[in-house]
Amino acid sequence: MSTVAPAAPTVPRHPAPPRFERPGPGAFAAAVAALAVLAAAIDGVGLSLTHLVEGIPSIGRILERMWPLDLSRLPFIGQALLETFQMALVGTVLGVALSVPLAIAATRSHSPHPLVYLAARGLISVFRTVPDLVWALLFVVAVGLGPFAGTLAIMVDAVGFCGRFFAEAMEEADKGPQEALRALGAGRLGIVFCAVVPASLPSFVNTALFNLEKATRSSVVLGLVGAGGIGIELKVAMDLFSYDLAATIILAVFLLVVLVEQGSALIRRRLM
Amino acid sequence: MSAAAAERRDIPVAVACEPATVDLAAKGLAKSLGGRRILDGVDLHVRRGQAVALIGPNGAGKSTLLRCCLRLVEPEAGSLSLLDQDVMALRAAGLRRLRARVGFVFQRHNLVPRLSALTNVIHGAQARRAGPRVWLQGLAHASVREEAMHCLERVGLCHVARQRVDSLSGGQSQRVAIARALMQRPDFVIADEPVASLDPAAGEEVMELFVDLMRRQRTTLLYTSHNLHHALAYADRLVALRAGKIALDAPANAIDAADLRGFYA
Ligand SMILES: Nc1ncnc2c1ncn2[C@@H]1O[C@H](COP(=O)(O)OP(=O)(O)OP(=O)(O)O)[C@@H](O)[C@H]1O
Ligand SMILES: [Mg+2]
Repeated sequence: MSTVAPAAPTVPRHPAPPRFERPGPGAFAAAVAALAVLAAAIDGVGLSLTHLVEGIPSIGRILERMWPLDLSRLPFIGQALLETFQMALVGTVLGVALSVPLAIAATRSHSPHPLVYLAARGLISVFRTVPDLVWALLFVVAVGLGPFAGTLAIMVDAVGFCGRFFAEAMEEADKGPQEALRALGAGRLGIVFCAVVPASLPSFVNTALFNLEKATRSSVVLGLVGAGGIGIELKVAMDLFSYDLAATIILAVFLLVVLVEQGSALIRRRLM
Repeated sequence: MSAAAAERRDIPVAVACEPATVDLAAKGLAKSLGGRRILDGVDLHVRRGQAVALIGPNGAGKSTLLRCCLRLVEPEAGSLSLLDQDVMALRAAGLRRLRARVGFVFQRHNLVPRLSALTNVIHGAQARRAGPRVWLQGLAHASVREEAMHCLERVGLCHVARQRVDSLSGGQSQRVAIARALMQRPDFVIADEPVASLDPAAGEEVMELFVDLMRRQRTTLLYTSHNLHHALAYADRLVALRAGKIALDAPANAIDAADLRGFYA
């Protein structure tokens, strides 16, 4: 048995602070304004429970007509699905390759010049803020219908996404090794490629894989505007009320997305 | 003072008999950071081949002074000559060439994680040769790889050449950092508490190896340490910094540890 007596509880000399701070007038006004914005938005989108309930039977009818699945066009679907994945893969790889130099230019500490920094930041923001569907529409006009337009759209979207996160990862890289290289006379490129990039590599791989997953999902949508891939098949099937065929395509897309996500999780585990 | 330590001093005493060349001469060096005066008119001379220990309490400005020598921190005032170059007058390219000749060993080894020990040592050749061939051991020229292996050999770490540095122990990492400095073929080495993050046994071993390597090549050495034994046993001269000013500058054999307690009060 222990001979040490438990410490007697003592009353602290300073009482604990109150659990919650009383909101100031500014915070209160901001909360009211936020609620008003939300209420107006709910009104704006015509949120209506009755419409939803009335719509349920027609969803049910569609689901009913989806079964049994129409498997007659399976080889064709497989072909389109493969094309979708190829668009995502090539677009992501090209986008990642372009992102690395652009992201270096878009970091405060490694950019060759403040103007280059601003230009790179601006370019990345434009690529990111314009939705990929818009890029697809533009590229369809530029290079014609088909997977090449979709691939370019995915590439631009990847530059917007990876460029930003690559730059952030590089800004956060440990400064110690960088200072060591600076101290031994390394130049700007030497510091970037010897200390900054190796430190950010896990983050790069993670972001690139995440982009591949994202690109697989969005390349389905890009087909809707004729930028290649399986999207157009889905649209045609829906427009012709061939819900059984549409269901097959949706399941196939689901399978592809799950496969890509599992594959990238596997790569992540292997590399990290 | 131990006999071994006295013996170690033999070489530089002999060197000091020749007409002395000054490798580092700082005069009136000043620096403020965050509104505080960190260095307040520091005068410091280090002669060729000498080993100088810089001591002083936390926040005295030792690290700042060492960083100023290579303009990793820009001094505000004063003049600075290092290896016969007017450091303050150097432009970017000249400064890089000077930095290439000066090894800098940090308290935290500052190796690049995820890369092999060999690659980290090869980085030491950065300023002699630029470009991708000194970025990774796989791309490096055969002669560069050989030299890097030789540097690893001198710190006794050939067997970990292929290993990632984040898998090495603290003592091994610091020895790789020393090998990286050797790869620079330095004329002057600066070390900021090189063994402060190591356990006493490893610290003793690494310090012994480090100083021995410097002595053999007669490389001028300026280092800081909070370990008074390291400061007294391995240095020819002792410089104490307090509140940004030089408070003591004397030959190490004229001082014993008891004299130094006052600087930390
Ligand atoms: N970037 C900075 N901004 C503001 N103050 C700084 C900066 N770097 C260092 N200092 C301050 O400068 C003072 C001297 O720091 P320095 O690292 O040179 O001391 P030191 O003698 O090496 O101390 P230690 O023995 O703890 O390593 C410290 O008070 C520190 O807080
Ligand atoms: Mg320090």
